[in-house]
Amino acid sequence: MSNPLEDMEKPDVIFCIGTNMTECHPVAATRLKRALAGGAKLIVADPRKIRLADISDVYLPLRVGSDVALLLGMGHVIVRDGLENTGFVEERTTNFEAVRDHLRQVDMGWVSEITGLPAADVERAARLYAGAERGALYYTLGITEHICGVDNVQSLCNLVLLTGHIGREGTGINPMRGQDNIQGAGDCGALPNNYAGFQPVDDPANQQKFKELYGREVSLERGMTKVTALERCGESVFGMIIDGENTLVSDPDRHHCERALKSLDHLVVIDIFLTETGELADVVLPATAWGETDGVCSNTERRVQRLRAAVPPAGESKPDWWIVSQIAQRLNIDGFEYESARDVFNELCAVSPIYNGLDWERIAEGEYHWPVPDKDHAGTPILHQGEFKNGRGILTVVSYRDPAETISAEYPVWLTTGRRLESYHTRTQTGRAQGIDYLLPEELLEIHPDDVATYGLEDGGWAKMASPRGEVIIRVRATDRSPPGTVFSSFAFDDVPVNVLTGSGYDPITHTAEMKVCPVRIEAAEAP
Amino acid sequence: MADRYTINLDGSDVAFADGETLYEIAERHRKEVPTLCYDPRLEAFGACRLCVVELEGARNPVASCTTLATPGMTVRTGTDKVERYRKTLLELVASENREIDVDPLAGHASQELKALVDRYEARTGRFQGRQSGASREDDANPFILRDYDLCISCNRCVRVCAEREGDYAISVKGRGFDTQITTEFSGPLEDSDCTFCGQCVHTCPTGALADRKALRHADVPGEIEKTRTICPYCGVGCSVDIMTKDDRIVGVQPAMDGPANLGALCVKGQFAYDFVQHEERLKTPLVRGDDGVLRPASWDDALDRAAEGFRRVERKHGPAAIFGVASGRAPHEAAYAMQKLMRAGWGLNHIDNCSRA
Repeated sequence: MSNPLEDMEKPDVIFCIGTNMTECHPVAATRLKRALAGGAKLIVADPRKIRLADISDVYLPLRVGSDVALLLGMGHVIVRDGLENTGFVEERTTNFEAVRDHLRQVDMGWVSEITGLPAADVERAARLYAGAERGALYYTLGITEHICGVDNVQSLCNLVLLTGHIGREGTGINPMRGQDNIQGAGDCGALPNNYAGFQPVDDPANQQKFKELYGREVSLERGMTKVTALERCGESVFGMIIDGENTLVSDPDRHHCERALKSLDHLVVIDIFLTETGELADVVLPATAWGETDGVCSNTERRVQRLRAAVPPAGESKPDWWIVSQIAQRLNIDGFEYESARDVFNELCAVSPIYNGLDWERIAEGEYHWPVPDKDHAGTPILHQGEFKNGRGILTVVSYRDPAETISAEYPVWLTTGRRLESYHTRTQTGRAQGIDYLLPEELLEIHPDDVATYGLEDGGWAKMASPRGEVIIRVRATDRSPPGTVFSSFAFDDVPVNVLTGSGYDPITHTAEMKVCPVRIEAAEAP
Repeated sequence: MADRYTINLDGSDVAFADGETLYEIAERHRKEVPTLCYDPRLEAFGACRLCVVELEGARNPVASCTTLATPGMTVRTGTDKVERYRKTLLELVASENREIDVDPLAGHASQELKALVDRYEARTGRFQGRQSGASREDDANPFILRDYDLCISCNRCVRVCAEREGDYAISVKGRGFDTQITTEFSGPLEDSDCTFCGQCVHTCPTGALADRKALRHADVPGEIEKTRTICPYCGVGCSVDIMTKDDRIVGVQPAMDGPANLGALCVKGQFAYDFVQHEERLKTPLVRGDDGVLRPASWDDALDRAAEGFRRVERKHGPAAIFGVASGRAPHEAAYAMQKLMRAGWGLNHIDNCSRA
């Protein structure tokens, strides 16, 4: 997030797109609701009538995968009506003319046709956001889990740069991170393109720096993404170590994923339970869990906070860093003589410019947002104040393209997947918490009542749902939260493995899977 | 000009800021003015009247939580008169409640009434009689106990649900002895807009709303200890206190001063903690035997086997055949060590995390 969570109470216009915040980031949503209570206006773009839609001022139920068209439409209205922030555009951006000329050509009739939205609603949203004193934008996987995820994000950047809603209190472009330390995994350099602190691996200066630190030259070439690695299993990838991820259930196209992992010569899995992924491993190593582990995490607002052990480890389980270090030592790799989490974290701080001002003791109260370049620095709650990291903000010409697969006579219904409040990801944890089943006992396919009738289903009955990659049997829940023609399910329950269906395509740059769009066929089925 | 922003508080001139209440000023000066309906995160309500103070010129004591300071006021927070008044009020409140001593696992604020009754020695029973609030034993949800026999109508639950959570799932019905905290259509919480975030539980000063899940451990012997950490679920990073008795996790409470959450949690962070000490936890390393079956192994054997496998892959296929996936669920130290293993071990950037799916 460019801005801290506390800023969520400060905008006068909030634009939420592709974020089911009340279910996926419920506590952040409480701040947003307080902003609304204070008079802020809310624009919500989401194919499903999520709870945020109920409390919105402008609701844009766009067709799944049509975000770029919507954002082109909003951009068109802004440049057509001269609503851009001219001072900001001149002082802090580049490539305005090209983007303006592109946006001018956008036809609002076309926007309406692609998105399924009345042009008047798109115009209203554009005027509201552009006219805000402090406009803040929030998004989640509804933006990124598309083959055009990067295009979606760049379209949002364009809106922010045109209106100047960035670099100030109560504004910003704010992706909400989904896992407790997914931000941290990136901060630490667990990325194929960056060392810790987002230092690019293809910069020779960084190569030299880490050669000195790690005692070995690391390739200037970016590594594979996990998606590519899974594709190459059994061809060029033969050994894999996976920490704390139930890849088999969480990733798209489960059958493909299972074939990939089974084709490895050597798979090591570190986890707190024997997951479906662990079942395929040659060696499974038990990690200490939350509540048993001292460590550090970064939240979605880049706040670096301490995790503390409250109870002893289960059985013989060990901290992940200890396990990895032990493997490294057995392979005679230098630099893994850590004695504590503190040792590891302090090394991270020393090698990472955005953490240089931090150490184990300084983060005890969790008051720092990175970057914290030195010990005298108070941290950076708001990014992009005064100047962008690379100087000027780059406006980008973005064009719409269809999802990897579109509905057809054979697969006439859009499936979009997501999460629900009561369960977390593949239920490795929430599925083992007493009481959660009372609120959410099973997977449900949310279908509009009209579609329930159209496909000969029954509310509470069963449906067979198929995509080109597989099929599942799933219980039907009639609800107008789903629009006609679009159905929704999570992928939390292993007995309804919805990810056998998904995986139609990936963003070419980030390799993020198009989990949000999957044409399917639905028919009535017998109870499994 | 200085006079514009001072009042006299128990004989000393003290400064205040525009918009401050007498209670806030007294609190700042550690006056220990008692309250029951007060939660610093909520709009002042002025219902319990325990925070009364003497204000020179006013005929009766005033509720300090709802009285804004104005320059020149003279305020006394602990005179015999207000202390007697407070004790009588507490006796009235306590007389209604079946029990005053509730288990601390009931909730974060659950000891407030008990602490005040003890401080004022207000267990006299001289007002015994009618009671307000009827417990909802029919609400079988596993998380929130609705023991309204212990309700004192402070409305903190209703206010926190509206003002902090923004859900308006509960409201107040009736007045006086007929006061009842209820949902729309008076049904169980499950049929209301309640999301089981637990905020009502943790602002309740009497245990009328209680953490039913934690209370299962009320009979476990041992002192409760709290450990401050961060919730293990989404990326918001809410601060929580893990509640333990000996080495057993018995509950989770929100940290009221947590910078990301300010006392709020959601149903997962609040109630889904027991995976940690679940019987299915992996307790020993497992190694696949020649027969294809995973079997428990010693750490030494498992680590040797893990390392040897990578050595073999490297020999046969080269370093580019090895790939590491770090977790978005484990701490920094796990991800840092994993990326270092790949880079320092094999000289390649074959490392990713689970953010792409």
